[in-house]
Amino acid sequence: MENAAVRVRNLRKTYGSRAAVDDVSFDIIRGETFALLGPNGAGKSTTVEILEGYRRRTSGEVTVLGDDPGHAGLAWKARLGIVLQTTGQAGAFTVREQLRQFAGYYPRPRDVEEVIAAVGLEEKANTRISKLSGGQQRRVDVALGIIGNPELLFLDEPTTGFDPQARREFWSLIRRLQGEGTTILLTTHYLDEAAQLADRVAVIDRGLLQAIGPIATFGGEDARMPRVTWREGGTLHTESTPAPWAFARSLAERLGGEPDELEIRRPTLEDIYLGMVDPDAAATPDEAVTPASSPTSSTSETLS
Amino acid sequence: MTALTLAPARLSPMHAVRHGIRRIGFEIRGYTRSPETIFFTFLFPILMLALFSTVFGGDGDQSYGQGLPALSAAQMYLPGMLAAGVLLSGLQNLAIDIALERHDGTLKRLGGTPLSPVSYFIGKLGQVLVTGTVQAAVLLVFAGLVLGVPLPSDVESWLTFAWVFVLGLATSAFLGIAISAIPRSARSASAVVIPVALVLQFISGVYMFFWLLPEWLQNVANLFPLAWMAKGMRAVFLPPEYATLEQSGAWDLGGVAIALLIWLVVGLIISRLTFRWIRRDA
Repeated sequence: MENAAVRVRNLRKTYGSRAAVDDVSFDIIRGETFALLGPNGAGKSTTVEILEGYRRRTSGEVTVLGDDPGHAGLAWKARLGIVLQTTGQAGAFTVREQLRQFAGYYPRPRDVEEVIAAVGLEEKANTRISKLSGGQQRRVDVALGIIGNPELLFLDEPTTGFDPQARREFWSLIRRLQGEGTTILLTTHYLDEAAQLADRVAVIDRGLLQAIGPIATFGGEDARMPRVTWREGGTLHTESTPAPWAFARSLAERLGGEPDELEIRRPTLEDIYLGMVDPDAAATPDEAVTPASSPTSSTSETLS
Repeated sequence: MTALTLAPARLSPMHAVRHGIRRIGFEIRGYTRSPETIFFTFLFPILMLALFSTVFGGDGDQSYGQGLPALSAAQMYLPGMLAAGVLLSGLQNLAIDIALERHDGTLKRLGGTPLSPVSYFIGKLGQVLVTGTVQAAVLLVFAGLVLGVPLPSDVESWLTFAWVFVLGLATSAFLGIAISAIPRSARSASAVVIPVALVLQFISGVYMFFWLLPEWLQNVANLFPLAWMAKGMRAVFLPPEYATLEQSGAWDLGGVAIALLIWLVVGLIISRLTFRWIRRDA
């Protein structure tokens, strides 16, 4: 597919008998922002690191910007921008020194001062990175990810540790990159972030792709059905209905007045997501915690 | 598309070399901003020379054997400290530096950029060459001007110094790259590397005169490169009569060259086999 920046077919990655990623397939179209969601340990980062060339896959087909990441060279890397989930920083250098150094690695870098301004670190340009706060260091990570003017940008939980203000500034930066045609693969824990930025979403859980689709129709009609809640006789009632206003009106007629605590809500991406992922995995990030199972069940069975 | 036709041309081997040379300045800046490196790598041999010549130099010049000319403690210790500087600037410096960069994520980050590993190593080796040379120059100036050590005035001695120094530094640097794979965390990097370097210095004639060590320990030390660097430096800075104190009764510069070359090749091979931006499936 000429139009795909990323093409993944039947991707599988196993560690011993454990499948971290199991038969995952998806495409990312050029210019689109694609969000990969899932609980900790679900296989998000493993998938992303295979696409970035950091990990080898066990089987399946992967093409990123026309090349196999397992064998691609430096010219291929020059077209990527990578913001890793956890990275260290060469703390001895200032923000400007570090960005100048990295800009030099790329054939067509962005302007260093523009990038410093874009991540809001003008005041800190001459400060050593070790002296910055965690959120500011994360902005340096993002700046280093975009300094090479990438065609494809990987953002692995980019805004962890940001305050709400910084997160909004980051979103507007990403929207500018989208406007310039950058293809973006985003993984995040913040469902509102995915809803704000992504064109399409995929949910991965226990190594399996659970759902994939455009933000606007994600999860299907049933999951997206509006909910009417109200209080009646001391208990909270919920009704999912495709016609919430008609339902609320008939409810008001039946109750002979305004229903208590009436609320009409369309499920957010977060609601849809939480209905989709394994409840135990979502509640406890520690994937070792599994419900009591028969002693004969093997690890691979509980995972699949 | 243009990016495809542009990029490969600009990422040629010469490109890697140019980037490596650009990285040297960056690496030197990082070196000068690490107080630990400045003290334990750069200043250490200089401070030790000052200390030893003060502690052991109180009685004035001494002869260290029958028929041997009397020498100051500073002159006796200078060759060992120069060799120690070569070991610290190459092996200790790079082993700790690269181990830290591996564990703090710097290498993983660089691995995601179009920087060639060749450029990275040119930067590191350039940093070692520059800082090691400045360190040796400071040691020599300090010994000559402050401690009054007579330095050789003939070209041949300085040529010997030059090849022992450069070969020793290259060997140390590649062994440092090889050893950098050993520490399992950023925290343990110094703790793993510094004691190894220290023991090597004690048995190789840096802090204790080599001829005072028992023969078996000299033989053990001769398995490692530092003893040969120290021997090469003694050949340059001690009077020829002192060759009689060596195991073979001669300076044996041929042996120095062979031992260092063997270790250089060992270091190169291990570095080539073990260095990765990241452990791919860690």
